[in-house]
Amino acid sequence: MDLNLLPSDVIRASATYDLPEPSRQLEKVAKLIDISKCIGCKACQSACVEWNDTHPEVGENVGSYENPHDLTAEMFTLMRFEEWVNPDTSDLEWLIRKDGCMHCEDPGCLKACPAPGAIVQYSNGIVDFVHENCIGCGYCVTGCPFDIPRISKVDHKSYKCTLCSDRVAVGQGPACAKACPTQAIVFGTKADMIEHAHTRIEDLNARGYDNAGIYDPAGVGGTHVIYVLPHAEKPSIYSGLPDDPRISPLVEGWKGVTKTAGMAVMGIAAAGALLAGFFTRGSRVDDHDEQEAERLVEDDLGGPDKGTGAG
Amino acid sequence: MVKYSERGDHIESTEPVTVSRYRGITRINHWVTAASLIVLALSGLAFFTPALYFLTALFGGGQVTRWLHPIVGVILFFSFLLLFLQMWRLNLPRPEDKTWVANIGELIKDNEEKLPELGKYNAGQKFVFWAMTVLILVLIVSGIMIWEQFFPDLVTIPTRRVAMLVHSLAAVGIILVFIVHVFAAFWTRGTIRAMTRGSVTGGWAWKHHRKWLREVAGRRTQGPAE
Amino acid sequence: MTNSWTDIKNTDLVIVMGGNAAEAHPCGFKWVTEAKAHRGAKLIVVDPRYTRTAAVSDYYAPIRPGSDIAFLMGVIRWCIENDKVQWEYVTNYTNASFLVKDEFGWSDGLFTGYDEEKRDYDKKSWDYKIGEDGFAEVDMTLQDPRCVWNLLKAHVDVYTPEFVENICGTPRDKFLAICEMIGECSAPDKVMTSMYALGWTQHSKGAQNIRGMAMLQLILGNIGMRGGGMNALRGHSNIQGLTDLGLMSNLIPGYLNIPTEKEPDWETYMSTRAFKPLRPNQTSYWQNYPKFMVSFMKAMWGDAATAENDWAYDYLPKLDVPTYDVLRMFDLMHHGRINLYFCQGFNPLLSFPDRAKLTRALSNLKLLVVMDPLETETAHFWENHGVYNDVDPAEIQTEVLELPTTCFAEDEGALVNSGRWLQWHWAGGTPPGEAKHDTWIMAGIQRRVRALYEAEGGVLPDPILNLTWDYADPFEPTPEELAKEMNGRALRTVPDPANEGAVLVEAGQQVKNFTQLQADGSTACGCWLYSGCWNEDGNNMARRDNTDPDETGAYLNWAWSWPVNRRILYNRASADMQGKPWAEDRPLIWWTGEKWEGYDVPDIGVTSKPGEVMPFIMNAEGTSRLFTRAMMRDGPFPTHMEPFESPLANVFNARMRGNPVSRMFEDDAQNLGSSDQFPFVATSYRLTEHFHYWTKHNPVNAALQPEFFVEISQELAAERGIVNGSRVRVWGKRGEVWAKALVTRRLQPMTCDGKTIHVVGIPLHWGFMGAAKKGWGPNSLTPYVGDANVETPEFKAFLVNIEPAAEEPVA
Ligand SMILES: Nc1nc2c(c(=O)[nH]1)N[C@H]1C(S)=C(S)[C@@H](COP(=O)(O)OP(=O)(O)OC[C@H]3O[C@@H](n4cnc5c(=O)[nH]c(N)nc54)[C@H](O)[C@@H]3O)O[C@H]1N2
Ligand SMILES: Nc1nc2c(c(=O)[nH]1)N[C@H]1C(S)=C(S)[C@@H](COP(=O)(O)OP(=O)(O)OC[C@H]3O[C@@H](n4cnc5c(=O)[nH]c(N)nc54)[C@H](O)[C@@H]3O)O[C@H]1N2
Ligand code: HEM
Ligand code: HEM
Ligand code: SF4
Ligand code: SF4
Ligand code: SF4
Ligand code: SF4
Ligand code: SF4
Ligand SMILES: [Mo]
Repeated sequence: MDLNLLPSDVIRASATYDLPEPSRQLEKVAKLIDISKCIGCKACQSACVEWNDTHPEVGENVGSYENPHDLTAEMFTLMRFEEWVNPDTSDLEWLIRKDGCMHCEDPGCLKACPAPGAIVQYSNGIVDFVHENCIGCGYCVTGCPFDIPRISKVDHKSYKCTLCSDRVAVGQGPACAKACPTQAIVFGTKADMIEHAHTRIEDLNARGYDNAGIYDPAGVGGTHVIYVLPHAEKPSIYSGLPDDPRISPLVEGWKGVTKTAGMAVMGIAAAGALLAGFFTRGSRVDDHDEQEAERLVEDDLGGPDKGTGAG
Repeated sequence: MVKYSERGDHIESTEPVTVSRYRGITRINHWVTAASLIVLALSGLAFFTPALYFLTALFGGGQVTRWLHPIVGVILFFSFLLLFLQMWRLNLPRPEDKTWVANIGELIKDNEEKLPELGKYNAGQKFVFWAMTVLILVLIVSGIMIWEQFFPDLVTIPTRRVAMLVHSLAAVGIILVFIVHVFAAFWTRGTIRAMTRGSVTGGWAWKHHRKWLREVAGRRTQGPAE
Repeated sequence: MTNSWTDIKNTDLVIVMGGNAAEAHPCGFKWVTEAKAHRGAKLIVVDPRYTRTAAVSDYYAPIRPGSDIAFLMGVIRWCIENDKVQWEYVTNYTNASFLVKDEFGWSDGLFTGYDEEKRDYDKKSWDYKIGEDGFAEVDMTLQDPRCVWNLLKAHVDVYTPEFVENICGTPRDKFLAICEMIGECSAPDKVMTSMYALGWTQHSKGAQNIRGMAMLQLILGNIGMRGGGMNALRGHSNIQGLTDLGLMSNLIPGYLNIPTEKEPDWETYMSTRAFKPLRPNQTSYWQNYPKFMVSFMKAMWGDAATAENDWAYDYLPKLDVPTYDVLRMFDLMHHGRINLYFCQGFNPLLSFPDRAKLTRALSNLKLLVVMDPLETETAHFWENHGVYNDVDPAEIQTEVLELPTTCFAEDEGALVNSGRWLQWHWAGGTPPGEAKHDTWIMAGIQRRVRALYEAEGGVLPDPILNLTWDYADPFEPTPEELAKEMNGRALRTVPDPANEGAVLVEAGQQVKNFTQLQADGSTACGCWLYSGCWNEDGNNMARRDNTDPDETGAYLNWAWSWPVNRRILYNRASADMQGKPWAEDRPLIWWTGEKWEGYDVPDIGVTSKPGEVMPFIMNAEGTSRLFTRAMMRDGPFPTHMEPFESPLANVFNARMRGNPVSRMFEDDAQNLGSSDQFPFVATSYRLTEHFHYWTKHNPVNAALQPEFFVEISQELAAERGIVNGSRVRVWGKRGEVWAKALVTRRLQPMTCDGKTIHVVGIPLHWGFMGAAKKGWGPNSLTPYVGDANVETPEFKAFLVNIEPAAEEPVA
């Protein structure tokens, strides 16, 4: 697996039309998160903090194991805990899901981003934020179907999981996968990960999870972070994992026809106005008008004390 | 009773006739508003399409543009609010506006004689006024909803998507209105000085806003008698 | 652990009961995941709380804290009743067939010989019938009513599923489902592994909890097997090393004993150590005790330890009480009987029970020396931190010295993991500031104390003056020197007893392992169990070869495991009477017809014939023990006992509080709460995000779990009007704490003896120092009483009350 990421491996970049054709196609990668193996230890969370050298604040407990309480610009991945009573068995299940960027094949964040090159996608599927190009507008938040990017209050740039592109670039797996004690997180080519996921699903089926499956949602063209879900028929029980994520039609509309049509009408209007300005005569006031005005004013005045305004 | 003019509108001189249309303060107010909108349009358009992203350079880069735009938006809002308070009364629709609009062709043919006499504003101006009013309201509300720096969690993301779209559409709308407004200001020769010098010529007033001129001139006779 | 972490991958069934492996041992837990993923193994969790281990389990059942013996005896009863017994194993490899004295019996929750005054048993009757030949009598048909098997059957008879449900609060159907799953592992080729820790140990009958499971594992034939075993998940990264090296007040390295006052001389001491075999032809390994002991004395005092002076036996302290454990030390301190306390790598103010008592105790000291890399609460016990440490510094006269030390990541040496592997590690960082290695500090103290003795004499200067101290730099012994000293070496050339004229070890050479140790003073060895760790082959602990023939999980060339690099203890029992592995798909060692060989170092003489020498050579019986004779203070079989603070009276004997033979200091006995005032059962535990009281100093861990909380069920929350995330007060007989309430479905009320039992879960990681929010742990509330055998405090079951509290901290 040739993993080195070079600028020339970028296949999509935000707000950029003239991207050079990449000279090679990297093998698609994926990070597989196997919910059935995850023990919620948060080693991945701390590894992510350490590797990315972020500084999440010490918050408070609000009656949950989820800390911090949400993804932040300093916390790119978060263990989410959900207590769920299985209606079929009446047994409690503690659903623990590692939340973070899904590295969509069709990334809504990238689609929404107005800053050229602030979001790029490499040919291996990794979606990365290039902070020097980011202006902190937060459009990526709006564009993302998974509610992932967070804008830093400090430097006003958007942050999210990079899939450890800096590690992958030198042939290493993500820090979180490396730290995961149970190998609930594994990383490799997407093909291998899908294959591995199938062995996991077999095991889960054998344990009575008939609906175990892969979460690799087609709505966003598949993702490069995929889950093995014991109850794949209802992703939303896992702390609101979208059942059928796709880039919102609103976002599509906003970035699509609104832009084209908007530019067109504004362009035509501006051009039309300019042309009309040059080539039509305009409405002019002539002497006759002026005299009429004088007459009118004099009539009304009936006297010579001109020049004093009513104030 | 004043019906077609502001109390401050008055005849400045009689030979030739010049009529004062806007006080200095109003003019400053207008130009602040105008400048804000221009900055907003330029900065907004930079985000609107990658083709215009280069416009961020005007403001010192993307980051500056990003924080500047909404702040100018707020300035625009308040500045326009002042204009609005001064002008909304005379921009209320009148029966003659209907006839005027129905016969708008005459305007283009420069046959204004065939149109009814008008107060300070014609229906076109009134339309611009109300369009600006509505769009600025829409823009400020939607703008705040998408204002990442200060209101990141004000609304849910789905709402934010709506706001984003609405803001974009409203922006397009207001830019169109702006084009119309500026075009009209130039096309109707003699108008610009109303906002630069504050006064218009008697002929301009007679031609375009005769009722307004009558009222302003008439007020003059009554003036000293009081 | 009898087995190793890596061996867990070989199992068919994992039972995590009395521990929370996924949270407290996440890295080790990986092997459970391996067994599940690759062998289809199942995981059972029995815990008062639905834990993160339960989150990945196949079956979970709740249990009332402190009732595990009833559960385990219930499973044993069910297995016997349903013939889920590995009969060949039980008959031959356990003492099931041994006949017990007629006087032995059990009634009213007590065994024969109880003395209420002394809170102790006269254990004379707890023994085998010894025949004329000096060997124990047996009945291999298991028909004799006095054989251990029949006594056991009678003993567990009361633990019916109804009884279990009533005592443990575990629903009957869940209990029975678990019995079924466990029962399957009685097949000779099916194994279960037991992973446990403090959920069993931290009770006044902790040792008996573990006995209960050990007995079950023997009945299922799971000890000595790949994927089987009794696997104690140890705590601190080197807590296994701590016990191996005898950092207990009553131990000498390698589980040898500190003499007591009743053993004034060498002969008396030795007379009870070197057990003679109880069965013909049997090997009893402890017969080597003198070799280990003499080599230890030579390591300590070299030439000053001679045959003539009984190897300097007089230098050894003689205990007047069974132990000077932490509870006793702090009780003595509390009574003003200790002036100076050295606290090295220990934060007792937070980690030991009854913080109010500990604070008073520390206040009675003249000098407290704290050797620690962090600023601990213990070192700052005198500082006022508002409600979090409400003391008046003006009233405390104790002088405190903080000596900054390095931590494990900054020094070199070996850590011993739960699987008994000594793994060498190298310093990963340079110590910050003035921090010094513990060895540097201790050597400095030794040198100075010695100089004082040299200059001024003293009552008994010899043990100090004659102490072997031949390190290159006497002020800083190196890890290498210390490790080699523990391994041992020949002081003189040792001839080979088996081979006349040949030499076993040359003078000055490291011994190969403890089989070369001698009782004549020709060898020195600091810790016989570690002998082999650094021999003439070099530092075996530093080996990092992970080849593993046939993927057995043994990894014989990775680091080094005591004893003699053996990975699975009692591995002889993995083969049947003929020496053929019970589980053909998972062979471990086997008899070739001439000798034992296999993937592990055989736990038997390599030429000891199967059928002749029984597998458990560390026991005089040669078998394992379902009945422990007089070796435990509280009975040869586990019997249900309530915690000292319990909402229920003991069903066997309402007068019996806690463990009838646990030591209880007088003031503490008065300081026990009852369920009319404190109706809820509290238990304490750790969270993955923190390691005790260190990691709250680290901003990353602090961010991941920032603030002290207690866990309660939705039902208890409703009963007390407590809202999730709000602040509550929790109080008991000995103190009070404030915490955030975490209301969860993971705790459920239970019904025991007709009463509704609510559990309050209290994690232990907060204090008043460090980066996390200030808070408490459970130990302002816990009772000052320990296990009858080893004095581990009863941290896992005590009584509290709970109510909503105002949001802002009370000033
Ligand atoms: N993350 C982390 N890991 C650690 C440590 C740490 O501080 N943090 N400390 C280390 C140390 S020193 C140790 S000793 C080990 C301890 O490891 P464990 O013993 O696994 O840890 P605990 O959390 O103390 O207790 C385990 C479980 O016992 C349950 N329990 C309580 N009472 C009972 C009972 O009566 N019966 C049963 N069956 N279960 C009960 C509790 O609910 C809890 O889930 O962990 C080590 N590992
Ligand atoms: N209620 C309740 N109480 C409990 C428990 C429970 O489950 N419930 N668990 C108990 C258990 S099992 C344990 S092990 C104890 C733990 O209790 P302690 O051992 O008292 O707690 P630690 O915070 O681990 O303290 C160890 C100290 O060693 C220091 N240290 C680390 N490395 C070094 C070193 O190289 N040299 C020196 N000198 N110091 C070093 C650390 O900074 C730390 O301050 O708590 C016990 N207390
Ligand atoms: C370069 C840009 C602009 C030019 C040249 C311009 C010019 C003028 C002129 C000449 C008038 C006087 C018209 C009259 O009195 O009949 C006027 C009026 C007015 N302008 Fe502008 N303007 C500009 C931008 C704006 C902007 C951006 C706004 C608001 C957002 C605005 C709002 C108004 C309003 C409210 C009036 C009052 C008349 C009305 O209701 O139409 N103008 N402008
Ligand atoms: C009235 C107050 C306004 C506020 C508070 C506001 C706020 C915002 C904000 C927060 C953004 C996102 C970019 C950023 O954070 O800088 C934005 C984008 C934009 N704004 Fe405004 N704005 C306002 C008015 C206007 C006006 C008057 C226009 C048009 C002339 C305009 C045009 C735009 C455009 C075109 C975009 C880019 C939209 C896209 O990329 O689709 N805004 N505005
Ligand atoms: S905040 Fe998001 S959308 Fe905006 S520039 Fe940065 S990456 Fe692009
Ligand atoms: S999950 Fe969101 S942030 Fe990540 S690639 Fe997809 S759209 Fe972008
Ligand atoms: S892949 Fe890297 S950046 Fe993403 S969650 Fe894991 S450690 Fe963090
Ligand atoms: S490190 Fe692995 S097991 Fe731990 S929380 Fe993360 S995904 Fe789960
Ligand atoms: S201390 Fe941390 S890294 Fe070491 S075994 Fe425990 S969880 Fe794993
Ligand atoms: Mo421990």
